[in-house]
Amino acid sequence: MSKTAPAGADPAPVLALKGVSKSFGSVRALRDISLELRAGESHALAGENGAGKSTLIKTLAGVHRPEAGTVLLDGEPAVFHGPADARDAGIAVIYQEPTLFADLSIAENIFMGRQPRRTLGRIDHAAVHAATGALMERLGVDLDPGRTARGLSIADQQIVEIAKALSFDARVLIMDEPTAALTGSETARLFSVVETLRTEGAAVLFISHRLGEIFDLCRHVTTLRDGQLVASEPLEGLTEDELVRRMVGRDLGELYPKQEARPGGTALTVRRLTREGVFRDVSFDVREGEIVALAGLVGAGRSEVAQAVFGVDRADAGEVRVNGQALRAGSPTAAMRAGLALVPEDRRQLGLVMDASIERNIGLTGLRQLRTRGLVRRAGERARASDWALRLSLKYGRLSDPVGFLSGGNQQKVVLAKWLATEPSVLIVDEPTRGIDVGTKAEVHRLLSSLAADGLAVLMISSDLPEVLGMADRVLVMHEGRLVAEIPRAQADEESVMAAATGRAGSRGEAA
Amino acid sequence: MTTAPPTPAPAREETRHGPGRIGRFLRWDAAVGALLVAAFLTGTGTTEGFSDTANLSAALNDTAEVALLALPMTLLVVAGQVDLSVASMLGLSSALAGSLWDAGWSFELIVPLCLVVGLLGGLLNGWLVTRVGLPSLAVTIGTLTLYRGLASVVLGNKAVADFPETYAQWAGNSETVPGTFVPYPIALFCVLAVVAAVVLHSTGFGRALFAVGAQEDAAWFAGIRVKRIKLILFAVSGFMASFAGIVYTLRYGSARADNGLGLELTVVAAVLLGGVDFDGGKGTLGGAVAGVLLIGVLNNLLTLNDISHEIQVIVTGVLLIVSVLTPRVIAVLTARRQRQPAAP
Repeated sequence: MSKTAPAGADPAPVLALKGVSKSFGSVRALRDISLELRAGESHALAGENGAGKSTLIKTLAGVHRPEAGTVLLDGEPAVFHGPADARDAGIAVIYQEPTLFADLSIAENIFMGRQPRRTLGRIDHAAVHAATGALMERLGVDLDPGRTARGLSIADQQIVEIAKALSFDARVLIMDEPTAALTGSETARLFSVVETLRTEGAAVLFISHRLGEIFDLCRHVTTLRDGQLVASEPLEGLTEDELVRRMVGRDLGELYPKQEARPGGTALTVRRLTREGVFRDVSFDVREGEIVALAGLVGAGRSEVAQAVFGVDRADAGEVRVNGQALRAGSPTAAMRAGLALVPEDRRQLGLVMDASIERNIGLTGLRQLRTRGLVRRAGERARASDWALRLSLKYGRLSDPVGFLSGGNQQKVVLAKWLATEPSVLIVDEPTRGIDVGTKAEVHRLLSSLAADGLAVLMISSDLPEVLGMADRVLVMHEGRLVAEIPRAQADEESVMAAATGRAGSRGEAA
Repeated sequence: MTTAPPTPAPAREETRHGPGRIGRFLRWDAAVGALLVAAFLTGTGTTEGFSDTANLSAALNDTAEVALLALPMTLLVVAGQVDLSVASMLGLSSALAGSLWDAGWSFELIVPLCLVVGLLGGLLNGWLVTRVGLPSLAVTIGTLTLYRGLASVVLGNKAVADFPETYAQWAGNSETVPGTFVPYPIALFCVLAVVAAVVLHSTGFGRALFAVGAQEDAAWFAGIRVKRIKLILFAVSGFMASFAGIVYTLRYGSARADNGLGLELTVVAAVLLGGVDFDGGKGTLGGAVAGVLLIGVLNNLLTLNDISHEIQVIVTGVLLIVSVLTPRVIAVLTARRQRQPAAP
C-alpha cells in the first residue's frame, strides 16, 4: 500500500453506486442515487434524519440489496450477499456504537474467529498480540492489546473497530456518526487516525450532524433529502449555511394546517430538570392552546426530557408542574392523573401492546374510569374505543383485532386515541408522524392543530424540520443535553433552528 | 367471519399476523378442556372404580396443592413472571408447622404464623425482582434452594405427626362437603379459582397483568404500576404456598422438610398445559384449571391401572412438551402456507 496520498488528477473510484434505488414497503428510502468514493479521499454524506443516509450505508455494507442500480467495486459491478461479502471486498463500517465483546481483550476482539493457530488448533496468543501491537502502531495510538474491552471509552472502542477494519485490509472506511458520543479531544484523536488511513490510500465516507466536522475532515460532500440526491460537490467554496439549505430546503404546503393560536394560562412548567449525563438544567413552559416544538438532533436528549417529564424515567433534579400541581418524580401514573399524556416515539415497543386488541390498548389508560364495583365494563371499554376510532377516522376491521394488524399510521392513531381518551390537559408527542404516510401525517397535524385550538397544551418533539416549522407556535432547540434556543414562530426558519441544533452560536434565537 | 375468500393481492399486515387469526379458531385452553372430558369418559369406560365417588374424591384431593399453587402461578406467568420457590415455601411452611406443634404451640397460632412467613417469603421474591431488577426465574431458583434449606434448618430430618383430628379431617378426603364428593380443600380451591378468574379476566388489575406480560415497557408507558403489580403477585404466591404447606401437612398427617419436593415443576407444567404462554401475555384461568385437572385425572387413571410412578412422570412430561409445541407448530405451518399465497 502506498504511503503517499495520490495527488493531482482524481483517481478512479474504489467504490461507487450508480442509479441505486431501495424501498421499504411503500416508503422509497433511496431514489436513483449515485456516489463515488476515491482512494485517499474523505467524502461526507449529509442530510436530515430520514433522508436515506443509513439506507445508503447499509447498501454499501451489503446489508441491503438495491432493487435498481448497481454497486461498482473498482469499476466492476459487484453483488454483496451480506455484510461478510462487503467486508471481504475491503469495505469496513464503523457504527456510532461499537459492538465489541466486553470480556475479551482488544487483540481477541480484533482477531475474533480468525486467530492464528498453532499445532492442535491452539490459538497463537503471542502472534495475535504482536499483530495487534503492529496495528496500533500503524494507527499511532497507545492501547494495550492485552487489556479487556470492558471499560474502554467509546472513542477507544471505535479505534479498536478501525484497527479491526485495518486488519481486514479495508480500502473503504465508512463511519456513521462516529463522533456523536465523543468529546472534542477524542474527536481530534479519531480524526488523526482517520487521516493516517486516508493518506495510506483508504477511501473514507463520513457522516456527521456536526457540520464543522464535515468541513474539517472532508473534501467532498454528497447531500441527500427524502431519499434523493440533492448535490454532490467539493466542499471548497461551500459555506455551512449553503450546506444546511441543501439539507432542509423544501416547500411547506397543505401538510401543515396550523390554526391561529390563542395561548391561555401555563399548563406545563418544567424547571431545572436534570438527568446526569443525559440532559441538564432544562426549563420551559407550555401554555394552554399552544404547540411548542422541541427540536434538535438525534441524541440531543429530547425524548429523554419528555420521558423524565412524564415520569417513565426518573430525573435526578428539577421540578415538573401540571396546571400548577407538582408531579411526583418517576411516576407515570401520577403524571397521567395530573392530566399529562405522552405518545412515545417507539409505538411498537412503548406505545402499544402489539398482540392486544385495539379496544384493550385504548382501554389500558382508562382502567380506573372503566370500573364499576371493581370490574371493568366491557361495554364501556368498547364504547371508548369505538368513539375514538370514529373521531380519528381509524381504519380497522374489528375492535377486537390485535393492533399489530393495523398499518403504521393507524397504529399511531390508536396511540393517540389511547391518550386523548384520558382527556389530558398537556399532550407530549414524540415524533408523532415518523414512519407514517403523507395522508395520515396531514390528518395527525390537523388533529394536533384543532386540539390546541380547543385549549390543549401540546409539546411536540420532531426531527422533521418542516413539521416543526409548520406546526409550532414556538420552537425550543436542544443541543447536547441542553436547551440552547427558544425561537418564536415568526423568526423560526430552517437556518435558525439548524444553527442552534448543530451548536453554532450567533443564531437569531435567544438562549432560553 | 368463518370463511375468508382468497384475495388476489394478499393484504400486507394480515399476512404477517396470520397465525393470530387462526389462533382464534383453535383455542388451546378449550382443546385441553375437551381433552379432559375425553380422558374422563375414557377412564369411566375402561377403568373399573374410576368413576366411584370415593375415587374421585381421592383423585381430586391428590391435586389439592398443585391446584391451589396453580392459581397465583397462572397470574404470574400471564404477567411474564414465574415463581419456582412455591414447593420449597410449601416445605418450609410444613416444617415450621411441625416444629412449632412439636414445641407445644396451639395449631390456631401456628397457621397464621406460617401464612405470615409465606407472605414475607413472597415479598422477598418480589423485592428481588422489582427493586433489585433480577429476572424472576433466577430469583426464585435461588429462593427455591434458600427456603428448602431453611425448612431443613427448622425441622432437620424429623417427621412430626399427630396433628389435631378436626383439621386433619378437614384436609383429608374422608370428609366431603355435605351432599357431594368434593373434599374441603377442593371446595376452597373452587371458590378461589372463581376469584382468580374474575381478577384475571374482569378487573383492571387483570387487564394490566396481560399488558405487563405482553410488553412490560408499553405497560409502564401507559401509566401501569408494573413493579407494584409484580410485588403483589409474588406476595400472593408466597402466601398461597405456605397455605398449601398446611394443607399438605394435614392431608398426609406428617410435617417434613422435604414435603412437596419438586412440586413446583408439576404446577408450572399444569399451567403451561392449560395454554398459558410462558412468554407472558396470553392465557386463561380456565385453561390452567383444565390443565391441573387433566394431569390429576391422568395420574389417577395410570395409578388405577397399576402403571408405575415413573411412567406417570413421563406421560406428564410428554403432554407438557406437546402442549407447548402444538400452538407453535400450528403458527409455523400457517405462516408457511400464507407465504405461498398463489398456490392453487
